[in-house]
Amino acid sequence: MEFLDFNVLIGGEAGQGLQTVGEAFSRALVRSGYRIHVTQTYESRVRGGHNVFAIRFGAKEVLAPTEKVDLLVALNGETLFLHRQEMAPGGQALADEAWEIPEGISAVRAPYKSLSGNGFANTVAMGVAGALLRIREEVLAGALEQILGKGKASLAEANRRVLSSAYRWSKEHCTELEVPSPGAQAVPRIVLNGHEAVGLGAISAGVRFCAYYPMSPSTSVAMTLVQWSKEMSIIVEQAEDEIAAINMAIGASFAGLPSLVPTSGGGFALMVEAVSLAAVSETPVVILIGQRPGPATGLATRTEQADLEFVLHAGHGEFPRAVFAPGSIEECFHLTRKAVELAEKYQGPVFILTDHFLADSYRDVEPFEVEDLDCVLPGEEPGAIPEGGYARYAITPSGVSPRLLPGVSRHLVVADSHEHTEKGHITEDLSLRPKMVEKRLRKYQGLAQEVVPPSFSGPQDPELLLVGWGSTKGALQEAASLLSRAGRKTSVLHFSQVWPLVDAQFLERLKQAKTTVCVEGNATGQLARLIRRETGFKFPMQVSRYDGLPMTPEYILARLARQ
Amino acid sequence: MVNIEQYGDYKTSWCPGCGNFPILKALKEALVGLDLEPHQVLFVSGIGQAAKAPHYINGNVFNGLHGRSLPVATGAKLANPGLVVVVESGDGCMYGEGGNHFLAAIRRNIDLTVLVHNNQVYGLTKGQASPTSAQGFVTRAQPDGVFSSPFNPIAVAVALQAGFVARSFAGMGEHLVEMIQRGIRHRGLALIDILQPCVSFNHVNTYDWYRKRCKPIGPEHDPRDWEKAMALSLKWGEEIPVGVIYQNDRPAFEEHFAVLKEAPLLGRKVDKRALEHILEHYA
Repeated sequence: MEFLDFNVLIGGEAGQGLQTVGEAFSRALVRSGYRIHVTQTYESRVRGGHNVFAIRFGAKEVLAPTEKVDLLVALNGETLFLHRQEMAPGGQALADEAWEIPEGISAVRAPYKSLSGNGFANTVAMGVAGALLRIREEVLAGALEQILGKGKASLAEANRRVLSSAYRWSKEHCTELEVPSPGAQAVPRIVLNGHEAVGLGAISAGVRFCAYYPMSPSTSVAMTLVQWSKEMSIIVEQAEDEIAAINMAIGASFAGLPSLVPTSGGGFALMVEAVSLAAVSETPVVILIGQRPGPATGLATRTEQADLEFVLHAGHGEFPRAVFAPGSIEECFHLTRKAVELAEKYQGPVFILTDHFLADSYRDVEPFEVEDLDCVLPGEEPGAIPEGGYARYAITPSGVSPRLLPGVSRHLVVADSHEHTEKGHITEDLSLRPKMVEKRLRKYQGLAQEVVPPSFSGPQDPELLLVGWGSTKGALQEAASLLSRAGRKTSVLHFSQVWPLVDAQFLERLKQAKTTVCVEGNATGQLARLIRRETGFKFPMQVSRYDGLPMTPEYILARLARQ
Repeated sequence: MVNIEQYGDYKTSWCPGCGNFPILKALKEALVGLDLEPHQVLFVSGIGQAAKAPHYINGNVFNGLHGRSLPVATGAKLANPGLVVVVESGDGCMYGEGGNHFLAAIRRNIDLTVLVHNNQVYGLTKGQASPTSAQGFVTRAQPDGVFSSPFNPIAVAVALQAGFVARSFAGMGEHLVEMIQRGIRHRGLALIDILQPCVSFNHVNTYDWYRKRCKPIGPEHDPRDWEKAMALSLKWGEEIPVGVIYQNDRPAFEEHFAVLKEAPLLGRKVDKRALEHILEHYA
């Protein structure tokens, strides 16, 4: 079998600098001409426990995590025991010479202590592993220096020295591993994780305000905005609670700043009241929900796709909404942009569903062409509207009313959470009520016309059609290609927008396939249920994963084999 | 010159004799006195009879959810620091449902003027106890009398070193106008707790009851003396001090955002060159 990709798994305790070497390694691999895919798993603790930073790399695009480890970089002895079952045939481990090596594992035993001098075991591992993987020392050093940032010069220098001696040791004592040849990358590629891509997409779309309450895994979106807040003139506020966060965003948006609220299921539960405030007051707001396993606090640092139904139904009363579910880094960027645009255009709440896996998954992408990207600028020119005649909620055929901003002209802007008149004032006129309900619901027609259709890949008349949404995209694609190679004609239908659903975009595909399987990171098959409710189509088979780990091609194949 | 007609005259849904009427009148007079035009002002409110007040006055309005006026007002002020933002709500909305936001807004010291119509009872839901109801206050919902100790908004605000803390009474028109004007002029969060009779559900704290007790604070009190203000904030009973209890010059929250120093963010396009530069960081 051709040698397509290689999986390096770095394992150790929280606090051992796993993230630093992981990120540096990722960049060094991309700079060496590889495509990468990173999966991180960790426990809900600041120090200790067992964390994993797995980088799968190859010359061509790497779509998904894999369960087989080619090089196990152990930062502690426990890692060797925890992952010994996952070693690929011919796989190697990298360990300290002092540690016990479990039976059946072939390990390079490096003198961590003598090479590190002062406790940079992570840098030693990076140096030794980098040489094993045939990465050039300057590339490794450059990437590490960039990740360590503009911190203490002495620290960077010390790391550089450790890296160098470890690299030299590896060259002198070890045999390089067989790795895929790097590809020739025409454009230098950038390395982003899902939530960095969401944050940058939001910035590029014109988001100027973000309020949040820290919660894993969504905090990283806010941190990306904080990181660039000065350069891009963005206000980011850590609110007293989630309720405040979304209400602040609604206030900022009402007064003219496109706003983003990142949270997770538990935080979103607190925000639900304000989702319907955004809807009735017709105030744009983008809410990102980084899914993690529930109910309640669930598994705080693991992954799941179980909040689709919650987000779909969150908020009292009836109102239109759009729900995006990006499946790749590019989609994280572009669909966040689209979410911001739709929120502004249709003046209401728009959702983005990511999850822990996608949030932390680094991949290489082509740099985005910034020049061609539009940004939103809320508020219209009052034009010919007479001063006293402005009606914030004027009843229109599209349901979208002209939006002026308070304090920008002499027009008065009145918004209300109650049912209201066209001018925004509280009313109990029950003949007006249906007109206002219908006006708001008419926005649904516009939203439906702008739905991103599900992507279809593979043969047009598949024997098997794998259907999924959000972060499982890569696993679905890889599973389909493995099945096809094994002689089972398989295609993939992936939803990166899960609401509204437009039958015409996918129903024929479902009916044409000999058999269909809905693959989801939840126990009850929420997308399958939604499609059945909306179209009557019932999936004959489902694959569900809800153990807190991301969907992998191997998992899909194993489950299919069982059915 | 701005005149009071510009602020309109609306039919309300309040009970005849409600303390909301004189508060609304004082608010209009205060704004006219400051020569502010309706479009320069944003009224933000929550839910309750007091929170309906912005519907009965000309201005920009965001009438949001119960207890959530302060975060909405905070977001709006940051979006457009040029707006004069007046937050109007009752005691239940501000001190009960919105308690956490009340504490956080004071700590932020954002430049808002917070008018709390404090009638010590829930009016809109027909007479249950509120956070400021006195112990022993009997209602249909609390037939054995209120057990919890009352929330003291003035003491809490002074304890947290709010920018400006004042108390007034709906029955003292001129005093109230002056307090509102000083609150609006103050750069930072201004709390004006306004004692307000509820003619329908609070038969204890009536106009007469307050008239007998409310006593303007004399010039001998220095509102910048925190310890004296703290002591004064605890005074309640046969004599209730009204006036400015505490004031300081903490910088307003919006001043701490470097990005707001040059100009408001409103209407600014994305700086694409800066964004390109940022993307290079990820290479």
